Amino acid sequence: MTLHDRLLALDRRWVFGVLVLFVITPLFIEFSVPVTPVKEVREIYDFVEGLKPGDYILISLDYDPGSLAELHPVAMAMLEQCYAKRLKVITLTLSQTGAQMVEEAVKDVADSCKLYHGFKPERGIDYVYLGYKPYPGLIILGMGMNFRIPFPQDYYGTTLDSIPMMRGIKNYDNVKCVINLSAGNVSDMWVADGNARYGVKLALAMTGVMAADYYPYYQSGQVFGIIGGMKGAAEYELLCKNPGTAAEAMKVQVFAHIVIILFIITGNLAFFLGRRKTAPTQESR
Amino acid sequence: MEQTVSMGTILWTTVGVFLTFCMFSFLYKDNPFYKFAEHLVVGVSVGYWAILLYYNGINPNLFSHLFVFTNDPTTGAEFNTWKPKFDELYYIIPALLGIAMWTRFSRKYSWISRYPLALYLGISSGIAIPVTMKNNVLSQLRGTVVGLGFDWSASGFLGVPQGIWDIVIVVGTVSSLIYFFFSKEHKGAWGGAAKLGIYTLMIGFGASFGYTVMARISLLIYRIQYVRDWWKMIF
Amino acid sequence: MKRQIPLVLVFTFGVLLAIQYFVPSEPSQRGYEFVLDWITIIGIFAMVLGIWSQIHVGYYKIKHRSEDWQYSVVTLVSMFAMILFGLSFFGGLHGTIFRLIYNNIFIPIQATIFSLLAFYIASASYRAFRARSAVSTVLLVAALLLMLRVIPMGPLADPINKIGNWMLLVPNLAAKRAILIGVGLGGVATALKIVLGIERSYLGKD
Repeated sequence: MTLHDRLLALDRRWVFGVLVLFVITPLFIEFSVPVTPVKEVREIYDFVEGLKPGDYILISLDYDPGSLAELHPVAMAMLEQCYAKRLKVITLTLSQTGAQMVEEAVKDVADSCKLYHGFKPERGIDYVYLGYKPYPGLIILGMGMNFRIPFPQDYYGTTLDSIPMMRGIKNYDNVKCVINLSAGNVSDMWVADGNARYGVKLALAMTGVMAADYYPYYQSGQVFGIIGGMKGAAEYELLCKNPGTAAEAMKVQVFAHIVIILFIITGNLAFFLGRRKTAPTQESR
Repeated sequence: MEQTVSMGTILWTTVGVFLTFCMFSFLYKDNPFYKFAEHLVVGVSVGYWAILLYYNGINPNLFSHLFVFTNDPTTGAEFNTWKPKFDELYYIIPALLGIAMWTRFSRKYSWISRYPLALYLGISSGIAIPVTMKNNVLSQLRGTVVGLGFDWSASGFLGVPQGIWDIVIVVGTVSSLIYFFFSKEHKGAWGGAAKLGIYTLMIGFGASFGYTVMARISLLIYRIQYVRDWWKMIF
Repeated sequence: MKRQIPLVLVFTFGVLLAIQYFVPSEPSQRGYEFVLDWITIIGIFAMVLGIWSQIHVGYYKIKHRSEDWQYSVVTLVSMFAMILFGLSFFGGLHGTIFRLIYNNIFIPIQATIFSLLAFYIASASYRAFRARSAVSTVLLVAALLLMLRVIPMGPLADPINKIGNWMLLVPNLAAKRAILIGVGLGGVATALKIVLGIERSYLGKD
């Protein structure tokens, strides 16, 4: 068997093994990777930084455990930024399996503020978690009329009118912007039903799989910022001066990307070597 | 200051790590551990969702209109007293329409489910027509032509005036749309434009693939970090 | 009547809601709020179909001893256990065991299922991603350029970042915009077909 035959016939479990090695090794090496925030991430950070204490912001955390890796770091950094600025944060989720995970993120970041900022945001006064409802499109449309249509109560069963920070807050007109963190097509619904219908000022944070698809909305002004994938999450953590799991993961990304590029090059080399070997045989016929 | 971790936390996290490895075992080959974990997650997720639908769906959106809710003085949360409320009794109608959906599984009565389904489809289609037209078509067309500055003085990417890139975007968008128009044969000038379109699309797909690699690796990294943190907790 | 009334309902509500977008009057907004409120409740009941379907499939597999029927027992037992621990008696949504099961069983398995994709993309990169033609070479080069943005390339980092940004905001934007416009036109056409009764597959068979 020639080299290229062996390369082409390589069991994929060897590929898996090499990948695992390249992912585990950097976690035990101390080094950092330079991360430069891009314009579309910086715009979201700058907008939130520009808000005044008491301004309302709606963060829709529409992701599930399958996309925890990319969106949880953004959620943590963004929530801490909002709490530190004493903004009034309205949170909710439109992901059917993410409700508890999002609740814990909202609460845990609030609890950690006591340690890092000297105060603890209070539920009902500084933040509210509305919970989950099915059919994201309908919920987004309903909130545009009145938050109480889809969410008569919050996640804990408290009527919205009994929540101090929700008194007098009717719909998107009362919030400065909506930031959507999503892993599926909920972002499309926020752009269509939120921005197109109600003119909501919208920013998106999404998984890497989807990020490239939303640049048309950014360029046309329908969204004012995009945080794409783990790189975007690391950039946002850097801007918030709050390095977390995304910043640590970027060094592993470097190694993993190198190995994937090597796989692509090796696979193509083996393919072209194989083609060159068979081509003279065909010519001689 | 070292934090002590409770035995309960260690045990539960060990269960999580065990199940993680059950899923990873599929990479070697399909096996009973993987099948067990796969079926377990399906059951747990459906059970979780059922509870969530009740507490976050039916209870606040329907029962709060049909029954009297009072406040728990300690938590402030509202709870159902199950005493009927008569001023919003008309909310029984959407409840009945929703229950009518359940006839979908009956061979004899499944025609009843067509009514609420028709209502749902009519409403969502009606809402979708102007919104989709504005969002996907008009805003995008405006962004392609009207929104562009065609500014020849400002420096854009790679030192080239932004006006040139604006034209490239217009040409790329139009040629990609031409590629997707299969009612006319891709020959001559039309075929040439379609060919430019396919190359533009390939750059777009390449960009998506590049991002996808990073996305997929992120998920693996997070799992490895989880196992590493468990290891640190134990040892 | 079994087919005509649903078609009339689809047409009536479809046209009304489409027109409502352009009518900002108070009665129109009230009607719109009313419709959204009701349709959310109907939708929640429809979700129960999925739960019933899961129970039905599991029960059928166990009853007929289909292949791997034992795992259906696992599914049904875990589902009912989760529902039991989610009842008010055990604390409902905020019950301890309910939360522990979610955090230590559901999240690890769900997250790991998606992490398996990393291995498949590595395998696909090695075995399937070939520069067979000019078109696939363009795709490959574009992907490689974007992937190189993640790797610190020293003096090459700045030009690679600039090329990557250009790629996202010029050709990628043009391509994705064309797809968006196409999808939008297709979506509007499908919605119109449903409203006008041309598309009737949702009615099923008589």
